[in-house]
Amino acid sequence: MSRQFKEAAIAGIGQTEFSKSSGRSEQQLAAECSLAACQDAGVDPKDIDGMITFTLDNTDDIHLARCLGVENLAYTTRIPGGGAAAVATIYQAMAMVNAGLCENVLIWRAMNERSQYRFGQPISMESAFAPGSGTGSLSWCMPFGAQTPASWESLNAQRYMQKYGVTNEDFGYVSVQQRKYASTNPNAWFYEKPITLEDHQNSKWIIEPVLRMFDCCQESDGGVALLITSLERARDLKQPPVHIVGACQSIPNEVEVISNYYHGGDLADMPEAYATAKRLWAQTGMKPADMDVAMLYDAFTPQIFKQLEAFGFVKPGEASDFVKDGQIDIDGQIPVNTNGGLIAEAYIHGMNSVTEMVRQVRGTAANQVADVQHALISSGMAGAVLARG
Amino acid sequence: MNETAKEPTQLAPILTLESKFFWDAATKEQFVCEKCSDCGQFRFPPRPMCPHCHSVKRDIVELSGKGKVLSWIKPVHPKPIGFDEPPTVGVIETDEGFRIVSNIIDIAYEDITFEMPVEVAFAPTVKNKKVPVFRPLSNENDSLSPVGGEG
Ligand SMILES: [Zn+2]
Repeated sequence: MSRQFKEAAIAGIGQTEFSKSSGRSEQQLAAECSLAACQDAGVDPKDIDGMITFTLDNTDDIHLARCLGVENLAYTTRIPGGGAAAVATIYQAMAMVNAGLCENVLIWRAMNERSQYRFGQPISMESAFAPGSGTGSLSWCMPFGAQTPASWESLNAQRYMQKYGVTNEDFGYVSVQQRKYASTNPNAWFYEKPITLEDHQNSKWIIEPVLRMFDCCQESDGGVALLITSLERARDLKQPPVHIVGACQSIPNEVEVISNYYHGGDLADMPEAYATAKRLWAQTGMKPADMDVAMLYDAFTPQIFKQLEAFGFVKPGEASDFVKDGQIDIDGQIPVNTNGGLIAEAYIHGMNSVTEMVRQVRGTAANQVADVQHALISSGMAGAVLARG
Repeated sequence: MNETAKEPTQLAPILTLESKFFWDAATKEQFVCEKCSDCGQFRFPPRPMCPHCHSVKRDIVELSGKGKVLSWIKPVHPKPIGFDEPPTVGVIETDEGFRIVSNIIDIAYEDITFEMPVEVAFAPTVKNKKVPVFRPLSNENDSLSPVGGEG
């Protein structure tokens, strides 16, 4: 079979329940969500020929292929950079389908990140500093008491607060908004549990003066998977196809996910998000105003401000007023994180944001935005534009 | 000071092949950095090749120990390992032009300002190591001048 450029599409999505204690192995979660994605698409798991996950995923690729009965795997890869890898998995899958090298690419992420180990606790985990993780500079933080993702993020976000006169209360509007979305999403951990700004301000300090408890994503157990194939083939499958219009990754010089202090620019900025935005808009020929809904990686609330600015929805320093004005709500200028995001639905390392975006494009989201034509998804170091296929 | 009898609790640095020189020097109360032997540029975090001229030759040089504060935070919960009270953690830009994460000591958190000048000091850790930390730049006549001996 000769190789020809083929447009790529997301044909299937799958997930386990999101919980604080799954009661089974990560390998089993991976197998369950992967099977669900294949069944959603109407693709026989034996026909999977590409497999992609995060370097930080603890499950084994070949063992998963063995669970699913994959007949003849053509391609496997893993993306470094923690949660920044989330959208880069779609980028990789798109490229393999575009190149005509794979027909059925499985993406998965499975974690018992609450019941088995905890990302939010001080770590001495050697794996975070190991070559291949893309997070080696974290080792330079450890003796000084910056030992959690919240502390690493805050060393940048505090500068953002200084520069633009933003307070923790301003970040609180993101939290309140996302809990509002989650309150009407049955998949969300915080289903039917909205909060007020006062609740946010009463939640305990995690990192002064930047993050309170309600500014932080959850720690969750669960698995999420996607099945990517050609747009042409997806049109013959079970679900309405979700076209991957464009996707890209961007890792500027001296930038490192989360321990991002060594680039030459202002610590308030998020250079990787600006660079991803520039590359994505150039690749797709699209602009912020063309987007009907956006999923922005939200390990912590300040990241929403920074990505709204980086992708050009607002000018630098203007995200706070934009959010306060209700512009990321369902009827706002750009609804953001409509499932409640990683803060209020679950933290499956950004992959549950992708499934939400697929649902928005299909028209089946719990909090459905009217007439979605184009959707943006960003995990900071990578981004994608999805559309109805 | 009655503090002197207290055993250090701060975590020892994580040594890698590339970072060992830095932490070994800190234990000897020297604040050092890699500098390219060919083009003379500093680089941090350490790496085996100069990104400017691609030389693999490098010198370890002692720095002024002076810098300025770019950002500062107080990790409250969960309690950081190695501290009885929440420390102040900051990003310091050294006078030589690179950035490093460290503690800011001898000043109340509320009194720190952007680009406040600081100088290096050394804090003991477990395993008989020391790590560089920063405190407000002392007056010229102050007897508490930093280790590293300028003037
Ligand atoms: Zn050089």
